Amino acid sequence: MKLYVPRVDDQSSPNTLLRDDPKFASQKIAFFQYTTIAVFLFLITGFWDLQIRNPEVYQERALENSVKSIPVLAPRGKILDRDGRVIVDNHSSFSLYLSRENLKMDHLRPIAEGLNLDYDSLVARVRRFQSRGAPQYEPIPIKEELTPGELAFVDSHKDLSTFPELEVVRVQHRLYPRDGLAAHVIGYVGEISESELDSPELARFHQGDIIGKDGIERQYNDQLMGVDGQKRVEVDSFGNERHVLDDKEAVAGKNLQLTIDLDLQAVAELTMENRRGAVVALDPRSGEVLAMVSRPAFDPNLFAGRIRSKDWKVLLDNPDHPLLNRAVQAQQAPGSTFKPIMALAGLETGAIDENFHISCPGGATFYGRFFKCWGKHGTVALHQGLVHSCDTFFYNVGNRLGIDRIAQYAEMVGYGHKTGIDLPHEAEGLVPSSKWKIRNFRERWYPSETISVAIGQGATTVTPLQMAAAMGGIAIGGMWFQPHLVKDAVHLMPARRAEVNLENISKVVSGMYGVVNENGTGVRAHLPGVAVCGKTGTAQLASNTLLKGTSYGASHKDNAWFVGFAPCDNPEIVVAALFENGEHGQLAAPIVRDVLKAYFDKKARLAQPQPQIAQIPTGLFKPPPPAPAAPSTATTAAVNR
Amino acid sequence: MPAHRSLRDFDWLMLILVSAICALGVLQIYSATRDTHVTEAWWKQGIWILAGFLALWIGTLIDYHTLLGQVAVFYVLSVVTLIATFAVGTTVFGSRRWIGTPSYHIQPSEFVKLVIVLLVARYLSELKSDQLELRDLLKLSALIGLPMVLVMIQPDLGTALTFVPILGIGVFLAGFRWQYAVAILVIIAVIAPISYWLVLKDYQRQRVVSFLDPSQDPKGSGYQVIQSKIAVGAGALWGRGVTKGTQTQGRFLPVPQKDFIFSAFAEEHGFVGVIVALGLYFLLLMQIVQNAQTASDKAGMYICMGVGALLLFHVLVNVGMVVGRMPVTGIPLPLMSSGGSNIVAMFLMLGLVNNVRLRRFVN
Repeated sequence: MKLYVPRVDDQSSPNTLLRDDPKFASQKIAFFQYTTIAVFLFLITGFWDLQIRNPEVYQERALENSVKSIPVLAPRGKILDRDGRVIVDNHSSFSLYLSRENLKMDHLRPIAEGLNLDYDSLVARVRRFQSRGAPQYEPIPIKEELTPGELAFVDSHKDLSTFPELEVVRVQHRLYPRDGLAAHVIGYVGEISESELDSPELARFHQGDIIGKDGIERQYNDQLMGVDGQKRVEVDSFGNERHVLDDKEAVAGKNLQLTIDLDLQAVAELTMENRRGAVVALDPRSGEVLAMVSRPAFDPNLFAGRIRSKDWKVLLDNPDHPLLNRAVQAQQAPGSTFKPIMALAGLETGAIDENFHISCPGGATFYGRFFKCWGKHGTVALHQGLVHSCDTFFYNVGNRLGIDRIAQYAEMVGYGHKTGIDLPHEAEGLVPSSKWKIRNFRERWYPSETISVAIGQGATTVTPLQMAAAMGGIAIGGMWFQPHLVKDAVHLMPARRAEVNLENISKVVSGMYGVVNENGTGVRAHLPGVAVCGKTGTAQLASNTLLKGTSYGASHKDNAWFVGFAPCDNPEIVVAALFENGEHGQLAAPIVRDVLKAYFDKKARLAQPQPQIAQIPTGLFKPPPPAPAAPSTATTAAVNR
Repeated sequence: MPAHRSLRDFDWLMLILVSAICALGVLQIYSATRDTHVTEAWWKQGIWILAGFLALWIGTLIDYHTLLGQVAVFYVLSVVTLIATFAVGTTVFGSRRWIGTPSYHIQPSEFVKLVIVLLVARYLSELKSDQLELRDLLKLSALIGLPMVLVMIQPDLGTALTFVPILGIGVFLAGFRWQYAVAILVIIAVIAPISYWLVLKDYQRQRVVSFLDPSQDPKGSGYQVIQSKIAVGAGALWGRGVTKGTQTQGRFLPVPQKDFIFSAFAEEHGFVGVIVALGLYFLLLMQIVQNAQTASDKAGMYICMGVGALLLFHVLVNVGMVVGRMPVTGIPLPLMSSGGSNIVAMFLMLGLVNNVRLRRFVN
């Protein structure tokens, strides 16, 4: 089939069909022109709608598309020991935030699936943030410590058409010592909780903020915490940063130097390995805490981000209460460690003198009741009474003093009151008195009750810190400095001073020297070359109905105490150790000894002159004199010319 | 060539309008690709435009009657090339539209438009009756249908659809019984839903859906429309300034130097810029129509009107898409969108219009 007839030359035949009048369609062409006008009007109304009638809507959405707020988190200050060694450091990690400007609720499920998050709690979290009415630009942190795999997931999904709300932020994460070293002193940080946000003193923080929750981290939160900054960036549709719109830099938190000596702390931790209890080492001359251990400990790194509820449950359900800082929170009967205070009270009040003696046949009867001694000590005066911790002797001292004078001296050394150390949740212990009995039991004090109090039983409870502080204060002549953990909290003057006869103190200290060095109950604290003084304590748990609540675990074995200081003539360090269910104070003595040994070993090491470096011959090789630089200067000169 | 065809007769106004539109295009391509890996796109476009002016001159030089005489050759060549595209073509984004290497390729379907314009002009101007008979219409439709189907199955629905207005304007101008027109519309109304399910590919169906309701598909072609509307709206009255549009610069607009160039333009130049640009297109169209009216014969008139209808269709569909009033079909905005084949083909067609103009005086 032939479709086309090749056209003959139109120039030669002007009347071919092609040479007709094109004007036949002029009306239709005009119609096309009107159509064109209509089409353009149609298009222009489209632009009118978008650009003139409500451009704000689209400008807003363009902004939502392209502007992202990224928090710039301020690193917390480091926590250092007294020598400037780092105890708590930060390490860089990546946290995932949901930017709220372009957050879509229906994205949460795939995001949760991609990052192994629990969908329901993620939704709850986002809703919580929204309900708080925080400003729109504040993003929601949803996951810490992103793994490389999770980072890859975020990177490949943060483009505009997938999940533009994903935002990775580099954060400085808390890095705590391993094995719970000084965990209770340092405490931990965590995300601010709902209830904390509602409390007036924390209301200035924002949702998602990481704040100190316990220990030093809590006490000095304001110093340690920096000021977060914020960066607003323009991003492209792949979520990549194009340029920075504004950048408020973060101000890092201040470093904090503690009075803790890491060497001593480490030794103290080791001595308490696999034990329950606490050790506190103080410098009685300044109140500086050199070491503070509470066992069992926990791993603060578990809290460094958001603690998983599983880990939290394990910690809460542990019958040993690892979160409890026993050094300042355990309130236990002091047992025989109370005896030096009894002795001081007796001497000061004149109830006894150093020659006052009794006979110990294994106990004595007061007010119709027999009170047992732990041994048979024969004739006992003050010195022997302390050295062998004779209960019978101190029953008599107590009976002579009466409860209120005992209470007076117990409060003088600091018992029954918070020491005021810079840690949260300090307990104040208990010093019973006749007033206390009436106030709390509407009943008068029976003299027979005084007898148990005299040997540190009964209602009397103290914390390990109180004990260390009390003994340290006695040891330096009746001055008590404010115990503290932060180096620059200067306490040049003693917090309290007591008018005590130094001779009486010397008699008590002499007894305590005997405890360690004269075959007393604390021989295990003996340290060659160092004059250690101390006192053991074995405190019953079962006898004290008031303390049922604080008897941890099923075991009701006696608590072992030891408090010691050294050197006896010029005390530099006082150490108190509580070994819960340790059965006998003798067993707490080695704990104190080890800490004291570490202290004096270190002191000796530092006092030693630097070891001599071996003599080596010098001047074996002399470098040649510098080569003459004449040729090079010549060329330079030539060039210059 | 008669001597009176002087430079003065050249359609200078059209050339000025075209140059202005092209300049806006190059500026916008520069702005839209500034931060990308195709920063060279703007000067490449400039080279294509220079090549286009050369093509325009060539298109002007050879008497269009001579070209009409060779339509059969062009037609066969077109069909062969389209078939060859299947055999040796380059596949980009799942579609085989190009011949050549991935970096240097031409899109034959762009040039087929030109052949269709000539084909329609030739066929309709040779009719003896003053009304188009159904038989003639079917014959012409079949002739256009073959390359159209070949383009459609590349698949490139947008380009295939551009053949329709060329045929449509021809049939309209040639005269056609309105009963036939109604009958055809009815047939289309019946066939459309069937072809929607049987002929259209998934992604094309998706485009229809997202045109009807962009929010249903915010990630696919609905996404493109939403982002385009945001870009246009954000431009407001005066625009956000060259290289200042975040939708364009942040690549929220898909390929803002090609199909969505007018969206980028609207964002950076605002409503004022849009009026200027659309005004230029409008004047260009009117100038083409003017040339149609002064053509010395039916064939010349058909050529001019075919080119005009094609240009109007492109502007309507592309700019309509940008403001969300037309579905996403993936056809470029002539003279502005980056792309060599489209530019050269368009200039060739404008050359034809100029050709008709220069030979408007019957001697």
